[in-house]
Amino acid sequence: MIPADWLPVIFVGLMGLAVLIYAMLDGYDLGVGIMLPLDNETQADSMIASIGPFWDANETWLVLAIGLLLIAFPQAHSVVLRELYIPAAIMLIGLIMRGVAFDFRAKVAVANKPIWDKSFKLGSLITALAQGYMLGMYVMGFEQSITAYLFSGLAAFGVAAAYCYIGAAWLVMKTSDDLQLRAARWARRAGWICFAGVAAVCAMNPLVNPEILARWLSFPNALFVWAIPVVCFALFAIIDQVLKRFPLPDDKGCWLPFVGAMFIFLFCFSGLGYSFFPYIVPGQMTIWESASAPESLQFILWGAIVVVPVILLYTIFSYRVFWGKVQDLKYY
Amino acid sequence: MIETLMLSRIQFAANISFHILFPSITIALCWLLMYFKIRFDFSQDPVWMRAYRFWVKVFALSFALGVVSGITMSFQFGTNWPGFMEKVGNIAGPLLGYEVLTAFFLEATFLGIMLFGINRVPPWLHTTATALVALGTTMSAFWIIALNSWMQTPVGFEMRDGVAHAVDWWAIIFNPSFPYRLVHVLLASGLTASFLMAGISAYRILKGDDKRGPRLTLKTSLIFAAILAPTQALVGDFHGLNTLEHQPQKIAAMEGVWHTEKGAPLLLFAIPDEENRTNHFEIGIPKMASFILTHDLEGEIKGLNEFPGEHPPVAPVFYSFRIMVGVGMLMIAAAWLGVWQLARKKELSPWLLKGLVLMTFAGWVATLAGWYVTEIGRQPYLVSGVLTTAEAVTTVPPSKVWFSFTLYMITYVVLLVAYIRTLFLMARRAVEIEEITPEENPNFHQLDENLATSGEKA
Repeated sequence: MIPADWLPVIFVGLMGLAVLIYAMLDGYDLGVGIMLPLDNETQADSMIASIGPFWDANETWLVLAIGLLLIAFPQAHSVVLRELYIPAAIMLIGLIMRGVAFDFRAKVAVANKPIWDKSFKLGSLITALAQGYMLGMYVMGFEQSITAYLFSGLAAFGVAAAYCYIGAAWLVMKTSDDLQLRAARWARRAGWICFAGVAAVCAMNPLVNPEILARWLSFPNALFVWAIPVVCFALFAIIDQVLKRFPLPDDKGCWLPFVGAMFIFLFCFSGLGYSFFPYIVPGQMTIWESASAPESLQFILWGAIVVVPVILLYTIFSYRVFWGKVQDLKYY
Repeated sequence: MIETLMLSRIQFAANISFHILFPSITIALCWLLMYFKIRFDFSQDPVWMRAYRFWVKVFALSFALGVVSGITMSFQFGTNWPGFMEKVGNIAGPLLGYEVLTAFFLEATFLGIMLFGINRVPPWLHTTATALVALGTTMSAFWIIALNSWMQTPVGFEMRDGVAHAVDWWAIIFNPSFPYRLVHVLLASGLTASFLMAGISAYRILKGDDKRGPRLTLKTSLIFAAILAPTQALVGDFHGLNTLEHQPQKIAAMEGVWHTEKGAPLLLFAIPDEENRTNHFEIGIPKMASFILTHDLEGEIKGLNEFPGEHPPVAPVFYSFRIMVGVGMLMIAAAWLGVWQLARKKELSPWLLKGLVLMTFAGWVATLAGWYVTEIGRQPYLVSGVLTTAEAVTTVPPSKVWFSFTLYMITYVVLLVAYIRTLFLMARRAVEIEEITPEENPNFHQLDENLATSGEKA
């Protein structure tokens, strides 16, 4: 048996893992959706084909993340979703638009296809913006002030840019020729915006929250945690240099921007996590204050210990099956 | 506050009504797809593969709509019904969690391989992927029905400081109404998918499709329906007896029994009058309700008078129940008639084909009606005897709920119209596609381009 005090820590860790995997995986397919070109049907088809086998499973990580919040921290779940009622509703509409557009565009009369393409693009953008806005409001502790709204607005664009960044990097890896070059250009531009966004959050966050500033300045942890932004910024620079040199001979290293972007996501996420732990609602509620009953957490934990590795295994298997450059997708 | 409550209820009802349409197709359709695939694997007869290819597209589209509307629903627990999670979250949470862990990931991951992987994995693995998706959709139903049944007939818990705590998980999952409800729901899905398949296949034949494919799927779905429909009536009867034992107020509303009586008639039609607590224009079969429910002509049925303030609104439950049973009877008749005609003449008469087209969505009507019986029938409680719906609702101001409600409704109406139109469009397009046989093209497995790429790219 696991001590009851540890259960909330384990669950917040699991939830963090789900959020991180969600941001990386649905991040790239949302990014691909945002960048969907309306002027080139062949490229649009290839881009959609590159995410076709994955988007649904990617989105499931969001369901798991919100599910874990609901299971393990029901009090926080209520507070968070009450505060974020409107942006959550808007995000859901965005998710609906893109989720169904994906299937409709392949099945409707050719004349209607552009409508669903637009719906896919717009839905992806709405989803990304809404998620960014919610992240901003969360970081600001759901404060209702001009500063908070401005910050959340910026966060909305930051997250959309970050998704475009990882999405473009995904396309660089999965496509070739003209589309790959186009994606490399997108990736560079999105990378710069993203870099500016991360730098802004690094500067803003400690200034707004003195508690976080103190935490980032306290020795000896500081020695370790300051590596996070440093490595992060170095990665931005390296990826930018790689992207500049496309097309690469034999396409060697086409995976580098994507893997690099994944690490940037990982570092940014750890930085945020480090800033807020053990709060589940920043400044208001800790994980222990809002946790469910231990017997419920135990019950789901055993399942999770068995099932999560299996999920990871078959997810990897599915990526293996569709390894390599994208091919036309056909419904068989 | 009442406005937020009513709006939230309507919004949730709209959401769940929209959502349930799609799992009610996909759960059973996926098993039918697996059946087609296995028949193909063993016989190598291309007609099975063509059936698979057409219906897997319908599956993919229905699945996508189910996924997006399902995510919307899971968010509403938090946005509109925070009291639900605060009070019974210790029980509802893990059940929902197991649904995500054991079902969602399984179906979502193997869906990719099922839809797009046929040339990338060996045939047996593709069939396995289809089976795993089918298993995933069914597991999903298992967990969600476990939770819903627990909300109807809660056991295996104790209240501490006003919060439900789990005592016996086995009892919680396999609560008294769970087995009946699960089987009833799975059979409903089987019927919904069968009649959808029969309707669309009949439509293709009426549009001049003389290939083997639509005839095969029509026959398969009719035989399937002919077995399931009467089974469903039987299971429904057992489910009713179980409800009488655990939720007699729901039965009283379903049967329109205002006052406890012996030898109650089976009302075929009536207009329940909530204000005067009586029915108008009753048409009934004497003593039949008592006989069906207690297996005794003079059996006593508790009336709504025994549950003052604790019983559901009568009219919607009463009418929904009659719609469900009526459509169910129609299904039995249509399926048996179809099988009979097939056995005698090898084909269906044009009027029956037209009738089946009209019944394409009969499963939806029956499922929704049945869902309303059970869900409205639980009111005023969200969790019977533990938590009322009014206690669970959010404190979000009505204006915000209006906003989300309007957004959802517009989206759902557009999607429903698009979905139905697309199904029939796909059917019309399939009529025009040439049939390629293995004799003409030995590499048909890879090269049936005509069918595979006729606008279906990505």
